[in-house]
Amino acid sequence: MKKPLIASLLAFSTLLAACGGATPAATNAPTTGGTTAANACAVPVKAKCPEEASELVGAGATFPAPIYTKWVSEYNKLTGIQINYQPVGSGGGIKSLTDKTVDYGATDGPMTEAQLTAAGGASAVLHIPMVMGAVVPTYNIPGVTAALKFTPEVLAGIYLEQIKKWNDPKITAINAGVTLPDAAITTVHRSDGSGTTYVWTDYLSKVSPEWKTRVGFANSVNWPGGLGASGNAGVAGSVKNTSGAIGYVELIYAIQNKLGYGMVQNAKSKFVEATLDSVTKAADGVTLPADMRVSITNSENADAYPISTFTWTLAYTEIANKAKAIAIARYFWWSTHEGQAFAKDLGYAPLPAGVVTKAEGMIRAITTGGVAALPK
Amino acid sequence: MTRAFDRVFAAGVAALALLVPFTLVAITLLIVIDSWPALTTFGLSYFTTTEWDPVKLVFGAAAYVYGTLVTTIIAVLLAAPVAIGAAIYLTEFAPRLIRAPIAFTIELLAYIPSIVYGLWAIFVMVPVMRSTIEPGLQATLGQVPLIGHLFSGTPVGFDLLSGGVVLAIMILPILMAVSREVLLAVPPTQREAMIGLGATRWEAVSRAVLPYARPGIIGGAVLGVGRAFGETMAVTMVVGNSSREISGSLFVPGYTMASAIANQFVEADSELYFSAIVEIALVLLLVAVVVNGVARVLIRRSIADRPAGVVI
Repeated sequence: MKKPLIASLLAFSTLLAACGGATPAATNAPTTGGTTAANACAVPVKAKCPEEASELVGAGATFPAPIYTKWVSEYNKLTGIQINYQPVGSGGGIKSLTDKTVDYGATDGPMTEAQLTAAGGASAVLHIPMVMGAVVPTYNIPGVTAALKFTPEVLAGIYLEQIKKWNDPKITAINAGVTLPDAAITTVHRSDGSGTTYVWTDYLSKVSPEWKTRVGFANSVNWPGGLGASGNAGVAGSVKNTSGAIGYVELIYAIQNKLGYGMVQNAKSKFVEATLDSVTKAADGVTLPADMRVSITNSENADAYPISTFTWTLAYTEIANKAKAIAIARYFWWSTHEGQAFAKDLGYAPLPAGVVTKAEGMIRAITTGGVAALPK
Repeated sequence: MTRAFDRVFAAGVAALALLVPFTLVAITLLIVIDSWPALTTFGLSYFTTTEWDPVKLVFGAAAYVYGTLVTTIIAVLLAAPVAIGAAIYLTEFAPRLIRAPIAFTIELLAYIPSIVYGLWAIFVMVPVMRSTIEPGLQATLGQVPLIGHLFSGTPVGFDLLSGGVVLAIMILPILMAVSREVLLAVPPTQREAMIGLGATRWEAVSRAVLPYARPGIIGGAVLGVGRAFGETMAVTMVVGNSSREISGSLFVPGYTMASAIANQFVEADSELYFSAIVEIALVLLLVAVVVNGVARVLIRRSIADRPAGVVI
């Protein structure tokens, strides 16, 4: 019984040596054959390299699904590799990755410590940022067409049901020139678990200590009140149909459906409108941890829109299946480089240069059999 | 040869017949296993508390159970008179020519997908509820001492009442169809005897036909209750999806068990959260079994030993 295993291990390591530009031995003593193989699988991606898998399966977040679908089809044109991405939700993506039923996952909120432990430890899973998005407040106030300004205190106060009327002094004080009616505020939130809710509540938890202790942040939370509606469309529909309502939707959704949305005061006390540029700024010029498991809401950048977020793909640091490891690393590389060009047209904010550099480092950290999947 | 084949055939169909009960048992087992962490952690408090907090991992489903019960009661109260009235008209009064078209139209309601009801409810019903019906109810029934509290609060349109009204429309076909079948099964001699005694049509219907058919009609209502319990999509779209409190008013956003599962299942990322949601499914399954059993007994009592038997 042991012989075939040893034999296959041997064959495997020979294969590694043939391809692996990253093993010290290989770098010290380059052979012509090794170099050619390494170059074919090097980045940037020009075509499918012989050693990578021709199929990948991914699952997770619904928020980036439109751009992931676009990438999959463009990448297929370039390489012929079939990637099947299932937008089952961030929680489902993390679960699938942990159960190893997919090759990679995707999420809108970083994995928790408990989830990482279940998946094999803090360094077992890489969070690779792909694009950025934002969540905006949208509202329906009779007679008001101007873009309202919101401070963090006002947003938290409204969702904590402490600010109950649109003409509350806290709202009128920051919106001079706008006549706000004496109308009751109805808050609308996502009834389905969602990365959008994660970003929204994560932001409120950062700016309001009371929110943090009373409600906290997650894909779904115990709301202090208001209406629940399913999906961005449900929230937008309920806001549209309810006089005096306020809800939160993804920036892309608001742009595509021409919904009016408010400006939010950022950490440097500047009122910022959410645009693709002000969202990218949220990750620009700020210190980010090496593992990129970070919330960038309430960014320190003075021009940043404060309710911004990364969306990540998740991959194991060590992927035993070499063909898959190479395919994943190369696809992620292409996504974070050439793929970024598709972002703006689809309403996503591209990654700032500094973050792309960090992503490069993480993709190069993907190993197979202890050897970097991407040749140098 | 023939007998051997008979035995094989019998074993084959027996296996096919057992497949269905086996599936039910397997599903039940799976649900019990998956809900075990929540069952053991929260015990009875799961049914008595309304706090449902995925962040602090505290789960009480009372608000969901309450929302399901309230919307179902509203639905049956609204749908039953309409369905029974229509069934009486179709079996006792309507000219033959229009019986089939009317019955067909009502039964057609059953074929409209749930999501279509939901969209109609969001865009047509909810605005009417908010601007006309709910303020109207508040001004009239809302002033009546004992029941006034039911109609208190700001009408939003996305609330328990709207959920109940959508459900009423959705359970109407099954209620009507069952009532009609049961009324048709009442032997003609029942009516003839009453009319022979000089009774009016009203007296014949109310004293001879309805008492005879009552258990069957109740059975139909119970089947409607079963449908209302499990209905998800359309209710989710209008019920408001808020489990904050049990206030006693029909004008507050509510939440039903089926909606809670549909909304939260996908993103339930921790084990306890997941199992708390599966426990809702367990409660729903138990309710479905009980409701079905009750309906069967009632309908059987109504049609047993009747000349014009019907198959339900």
